[in-house]
Amino acid sequence: MSLVARHLEANGIPTVVFGCARDIVEYARVPRFVFSDFPLGNPCGKPFDVTMQRQILEMGLDLLARAIAPSPTVQTPYVWSEDNSWKAKVFTKERPFMEGETHERWMRAKEKYRQLKAAGKI
Amino acid sequence: MADDYVRYMDKTREYYLAEGYNNPYQWAHFEDTPFTPLTKPLSECRLGLVTTSDIAVLSESGERERFDAETLVGNVYSIPSDVAVERLYSRNEHYDRFETNLNDVNSYCPLTRLREFAAEGRIGSFAGRFHGVYTSYSKRLTMERDAPEVLKRCREDEVDAVILTPV
Repeated sequence: MSLVARHLEANGIPTVVFGCARDIVEYARVPRFVFSDFPLGNPCGKPFDVTMQRQILEMGLDLLARAIAPSPTVQTPYVWSEDNSWKAKVFTKERPFMEGETHERWMRAKEKYRQLKAAGKI
Repeated sequence: MADDYVRYMDKTREYYLAEGYNNPYQWAHFEDTPFTPLTKPLSECRLGLVTTSDIAVLSESGERERFDAETLVGNVYSIPSDVAVERLYSRNEHYDRFETNLNDVNSYCPLTRLREFAAEGRIGSFAGRFHGVYTSYSKRLTMERDAPEVLKRCREDEVDAVILTPV
């Protein structure tokens, strides 16, 4: 997604990215990024929390309006849960990245990618 | 630690290693940052929306059927912006299923919020369609095929700025 944002921006269309994976987006360098320190899934606000969703979108609009150069990451003021215990559990045995059919699909996709890459097709 | 953000690249690398892959995914990385300023007030701007949230449309009868055949080029597809949000869902499997859900489309694809902001005059308008990009393991295909296709569609939509959302 960051690659698409960069391409639009380089071709004259201002962009703002909303996301929860701060390290990945910052590594790719996008000009405007609104970060919510949430589990992956709801970069535009908690499900059915209209007020929060409006405020997060507003932060992105404000950034679009005022940025005159690539901007540092803007972090929204919300926390997912009071103790933030979810963070230590990400991708652990207790909470694996993927499992079952999802994991098998992912491994198949990765294998296909390796084959195509080895054949010089991608 | 709880105050610090999660390092997904490190976590993923560890996961790959545990699966026996010692040549893990190379995340996109650049040193430069392209930039285009917004040159007019938001109240006069048409906004576009691009999402990698694997958003999909249920059929009229509520079935999960192929919906993107007419608009799909590479990994890029488009959906009319006036679609009923009740007909939208995400097929993405890479969100934190232990902590949250994708039951509210507006939590990752802010259609309703953009419509509200347009109705209130905060933005000039919301484009007549929005765009999805299925994620690919190939950065080359994303850069050479899909990103130019998104740019082409955004230009056709005559948008002044674009919002991008993953899950």
